[in-house]
Amino acid sequence: MDGKRIKLMQGNEACVEGAIAAGMRFFAGYPITPSTEIAEISAEKLPKIGGKFIQMEDEIASMGAVIGASLAGLKSMTATSGPGFSLKQENIGYAAITEIPCVIVNVQRGGPSTGLPTAPAQGDVMQARWGTHGDHPIIAVTPSSVRETFDLTIKAFNFAEKYRTPVILLMDEVIGHLREKIEIPNIENIEIIDRLRPDKSPQEYKPYEVLEGEIVPRMVPYGEGYRFHVTGLIHDETGFPSTKPDVAEKLIKRLVDKIELNKDDISLYEEYMIEDAETFVIAYGSTARSVKYAVKLAREEGIKVGLFRPITIWPFLDKQIYELSKKVKKIIVAEMNLGQYAIEVERVAHKYTEVYRCNKVNGELISPDEILAKIKEVY
Amino acid sequence: MPSKLVENYFRLNKLPHIWCPGCSHGIVMRAIVKAIDNLNIDKDNVCIVSGIGCSSRATGYMDFNTLHTTHGRALSFATGIKMANPKLEVIVITGDGDCAAIGGNHLIHSARRNIGITTIVFNNNIYGMTGGQYSPTTPRGALGTTVPYGNIDSNFDLCQLVKAAGATYVARSTAYHTNMIISQVEEGIKNKGFSFIEVASICPTYFGRKNKMGNAVNMMNYLKENSINIKAAEKMTEEQIKGKFVIGEFHKTSRAEYTEEYQKIIDSFQKER
Repeated sequence: MDGKRIKLMQGNEACVEGAIAAGMRFFAGYPITPSTEIAEISAEKLPKIGGKFIQMEDEIASMGAVIGASLAGLKSMTATSGPGFSLKQENIGYAAITEIPCVIVNVQRGGPSTGLPTAPAQGDVMQARWGTHGDHPIIAVTPSSVRETFDLTIKAFNFAEKYRTPVILLMDEVIGHLREKIEIPNIENIEIIDRLRPDKSPQEYKPYEVLEGEIVPRMVPYGEGYRFHVTGLIHDETGFPSTKPDVAEKLIKRLVDKIELNKDDISLYEEYMIEDAETFVIAYGSTARSVKYAVKLAREEGIKVGLFRPITIWPFLDKQIYELSKKVKKIIVAEMNLGQYAIEVERVAHKYTEVYRCNKVNGELISPDEILAKIKEVY
Repeated sequence: MPSKLVENYFRLNKLPHIWCPGCSHGIVMRAIVKAIDNLNIDKDNVCIVSGIGCSSRATGYMDFNTLHTTHGRALSFATGIKMANPKLEVIVITGDGDCAAIGGNHLIHSARRNIGITTIVFNNNIYGMTGGQYSPTTPRGALGTTVPYGNIDSNFDLCQLVKAAGATYVARSTAYHTNMIISQVEEGIKNKGFSFIEVASICPTYFGRKNKMGNAVNMMNYLKENSINIKAAEKMTEEQIKGKFVIGEFHKTSRAEYTEEYQKIIDSFQKER
């Protein structure tokens, strides 16, 4: 036995498996379609391994509880969908400015508002980036298979711990409810990152001091003798509020830079048949599956087309897409929204190539046929 | 020279506090610390969580594990902390707007769960930080910047609200009755479940000025003269109690505490192995 397990499971279940493998020991949530299974499975599994689950009175409270539990030392997660994601945004911003590691899963459904609760969509791409107010860092990753959901949930926790920031796992309804055979790897072979603890005494410890050569301040749970202060106000290295312009500027720039300057580490993507491609399609999440099939069909007809699949959706893969734009004549961005990601692609690729869109917002998937038709139309 | 109490439990380099002259929040803050001192609880094991507003600034001055959260949400953060580490003595400091308006949902549900958190609301009947708007505890007829013609809302009786929601310790005192605050906070901390202590506090700058209540001394005297002990109030008519501060212990009972109940579930799986 090498510790591997073969299982048939849905994306929402793989998310919980991944989270537990990453060390999640606290989950707070609120029922919402199509993410509810993540809460249900967490409720069942966590107490068995000494972890804690709580169903809070609303989405806002579950985000607050997640931050509180993380401050008390547990790796924490919540899961939601569009309307709940909106409600969580204020506290996501709180986690961003206070640098509290946590993972927020958004299994996207049709919006705006209650929209199409049981149908897939990718309409929260911009909400994942700019849902909370003010300039802030964010990391968002988006899986396109059940197995990848498992892997990316672990990555999401690792990024959260390494960069001390909220990380969004941006799923969609298809991936959440899709059942696939997956091989769960031996946990011992998976890289797990934990927040760095201070090696200084409580007297010397400054909760927001970044040590030489490190990315983020070191973090210690409440209750271990360090007695520090955490506030959502602009604060200095000591953690206490400040209204000094230089302190404000330094903090916000540091928060944004810790992600921007480490993009190479955070940028995940897949390239498929792009070596000789004259046109390529950019797609992510479940849409990328249709695109992959469409690319195969197009290749059979001799059309030189490839797929570029962003796995890290934020920070934006500007370097990779810029380089690709120099190599090809045309780019098609296929997504289940009206062009939220395409706008960003146009921003970096317009100099060298034309960017076309293939969109759908009616609650149905974009089919391989539709993508193939678009490829032929622009090719 | 600061007193021993101040020296031991406050972040001296963060004082003086930002509260206006005459504000009674400092009295309430000191009373909380005095209660912790009386109970001889290690500072490292105390976590104080606050929301947004004048009262919520207290956490910055108090030398414990402290968390200044978002508006109304202190109890939800505190719930996560208590769940993650039930050994911590978790105390929430909040105001009337913070806990009864924007945070009202968290208040009633924390009480319903009977989670081991002691909540102290500094009730000054007004939004002070934003300049004097009416709150859910502003009396009917009172003035505020957003009720320039008099408040037509009915105000919450927070103690009755929280008692009905399931809290296991509910008490009220005023900033004038310092010893009562101290003993109530002590009792609240000793109670395993959800404890709620409402302290009538004064805001001479906004509530007092708008409602022509005189200076801080006048307002403190008002608290003194209009407070009725709950035992005396029991013998009075509703008409006689109207507009008065009924103070004392409203409710004290025992019921399963949330994190202990959850631990039982965890333990049941450990036994299975």
